[in-house]
Amino acid sequence: MNLTFPGGVHVPYYKSGSKDKAIRKTRLPQRVVIPLSQHTGAPCEPLVEKGQVVKVGQKIGDSSAFVSAPIHASISGKVASIEPLQHPALGKKVMSVVIESDGGDEVAETIAPKPDPFAMDPEEVKSVIREAGIVGLGGAAFPTSVKISPPKDKKIDSYILNGAECEPYLTSDHRLMVERPREAIFGLKVLMYATGVKRGYVCIEDNKPEAIDAMKKAIGSDSNIKLVVLESKYPQGSEKHLIKAVLGREVPSGGLPFDVGAMVSNVGTAIAVADAFITGMPLVQRVITVTGSAIANPANLEVRIGTLFSDIIEEVGGFSSPPGKVIMGGPMMGIAQWSLDVPVIKGTSGILVMAQNEIDMVGPFPCVRCARCVDVCPMNLLPLFLGAYAERGLYADAEAYRALDCIECGSCAYVCPARRPLVQAIRTAKSEIMAKRRAKAQSAVAAKA
Amino acid sequence: MISAVVILALSGLAFGAILAFAARKFFVPVDERIETIRNLLPGANCSACGHASCSSYAEAVVSKGAPVDACKVGGAAVASKIAGVMGVEAVLDEEAKVAEVMCRGGRSAAPHSYEYMGISDCKAASLPMLHGGPKMCEYGCLGFGTCVRSCPFDAMYMGDDGVPVVDRDACTACGKCVEACPKHLIRLVPRSKKIHVVCSNRDRGPVARKVCKVACIACGACVRACKVGAISLRDNVALIDYSKCTECGECVAKCPTKCIIEVPRVEDTKGGTQSAQGEVA
Ligand code: SF4
Ligand code: SF4
Ligand code: SF4
Ligand code: SF4
Repeated sequence: MNLTFPGGVHVPYYKSGSKDKAIRKTRLPQRVVIPLSQHTGAPCEPLVEKGQVVKVGQKIGDSSAFVSAPIHASISGKVASIEPLQHPALGKKVMSVVIESDGGDEVAETIAPKPDPFAMDPEEVKSVIREAGIVGLGGAAFPTSVKISPPKDKKIDSYILNGAECEPYLTSDHRLMVERPREAIFGLKVLMYATGVKRGYVCIEDNKPEAIDAMKKAIGSDSNIKLVVLESKYPQGSEKHLIKAVLGREVPSGGLPFDVGAMVSNVGTAIAVADAFITGMPLVQRVITVTGSAIANPANLEVRIGTLFSDIIEEVGGFSSPPGKVIMGGPMMGIAQWSLDVPVIKGTSGILVMAQNEIDMVGPFPCVRCARCVDVCPMNLLPLFLGAYAERGLYADAEAYRALDCIECGSCAYVCPARRPLVQAIRTAKSEIMAKRRAKAQSAVAAKA
Repeated sequence: MISAVVILALSGLAFGAILAFAARKFFVPVDERIETIRNLLPGANCSACGHASCSSYAEAVVSKGAPVDACKVGGAAVASKIAGVMGVEAVLDEEAKVAEVMCRGGRSAAPHSYEYMGISDCKAASLPMLHGGPKMCEYGCLGFGTCVRSCPFDAMYMGDDGVPVVDRDACTACGKCVEACPKHLIRLVPRSKKIHVVCSNRDRGPVARKVCKVACIACGACVRACKVGAISLRDNVALIDYSKCTECGECVAKCPTKCIIEVPRVEDTKGGTQSAQGEVA
């Protein structure tokens, strides 16, 4: 029996369209749009000016804040403008650097392989990771250098490499594990070294046998790293649920993985770390899956950060039928887009295009109290009550029912026969609760001053 | 029979005596001022003062020293009466205000970017994940009426074009709607002033023009038209300094997108003719 967590849903995976397609480099884009906010944390300040010539890997944005990650030019050329442009995840226009390609793809002089990380001081390793602009590539885009610097009093004993890829449709992590397993393990070892962790776990769902084989080979005889095969179930790739499945530990409400001595990174992130040392190239490209019923030729593509969705759709041969919904990421947690004029950012794991005839706009109907949402909630919440409170503006009640613990996995909304917009309601409650807390904290500060 | 009457009478007397004693012994002085202030307050229990009800505000004024001018509904008149009761300086006579929605981009003027299917609430629709709502204009009114539902005085209703309208006679300037609107479109403006810029779009002109027919395009025609220099452009939106505005109406005439308007308009009292405005523009 493969390991897993209580709750969750067995979703159809729809991975066959792209799982056997080797990662392909895309044509060099003519123009990239690089938002200065691509991560959780403080946005970057631009380091370049309009008209300036930049090269691949050159730093174009940085911030002095601790929770942030620098941003680099992904093509060589001229900065055409720095202006607020539509962002695929933040739902508003965000300051972005637009670079017009010179076609040369010239690499910045500063880019060179880094010395052996295991001979470095762990703090130095962390600063290489920060300078490379690496963030969690699983979707949340949390700066990796911050993640691997937990408070001093937290003892970390396990590092989990997340290769679960439980979101339907997405296959980019799968392909990375099949094609670049050695870099993934090297990256994991670097991350373990930087955090002083001795035990590593590579976690893969049992629906990816090729990836399991490849990673097993790459681990070889290293007894510090263990391969864990997990049951294929959504949301197996959530940090908290991986930790529960692999280590049997429960992250407390409001806590983080380091509270139970664990750290989790995505395979893509580990490979980006490996690249930052092996070639010295910062995070200027990533692998994404382009798939869905309206995509003629599903593919796994290595694209430059900042490439517009429209260029990528063109690259895979356009739409095979009229698109009904374009989603950045997977169908469960992805963000629907209304324009193809948005760029791939560090957190883009895929582009999913559903055909128009696949989308139906039915419901919502009144809750029938079937409690299916309760059965599947991996956080043991009561989504029906959270939804009902949130829709009535009773945010304090939603807070008492642990709205903030919701990981927004979407399992509840997926199974709801009445098609209640549960996740939207819970998100609204969460943002209202957080806004209230911020206001309270602010007034407390003001009262002290 | 007799004994029953006697026992009843005696125990009645005894309990009466105990009650009389207790009433003296445990007497809690109730400040009459609380009652007086409660009677001065409008009794709307709108909680715009930050207290749960009019009574709890009255109590807070007397026992916790809450400010005497917190009742937005009662305004300066009630504040000065409360100040009288409390024996403090009467507060400044603040100008009467009224709510105004700083957007007229209804269905006929402002196109949608996508088909929205979800909760009919502006807060829920304006989540970042939903790109701030289905309006192409990032700043505009979503029209789900969260403000209308928040008004304790029934002073707002949804206009025919999908933008809320304030009933100026009923509005008490309590400010509840100002808090409710996630797009921060509602402002309390001086009741005596009739000319307002009803747009909040901070995009540059060409972009603003694309997302809404009645958007301020920051062309500056109003700034040039104003003889007393009451209008300036801030963040690509015209801003009227109400203390300078003489209500000459020059700017209203010059604005190419008609986003400067004079209230009260016909629509304000009758409703239903809002879409005509879109057609003019
Ligand atoms: S309530 Fe939150 S955590 Fe629970 S199933 Fe719904 S989205 Fe997932
Ligand atoms: S799954 Fe839907 S219908 Fe069933 S209890 Fe939950 S919210 Fe209600
Ligand atoms: S319109 Fe706004 S300010 Fe006026 S009474 Fe209603 S909620 Fe209060
Ligand atoms: S003014 Fe604000 S709260 Fe009222 S309908 Fe428009 S967006 Fe919603």
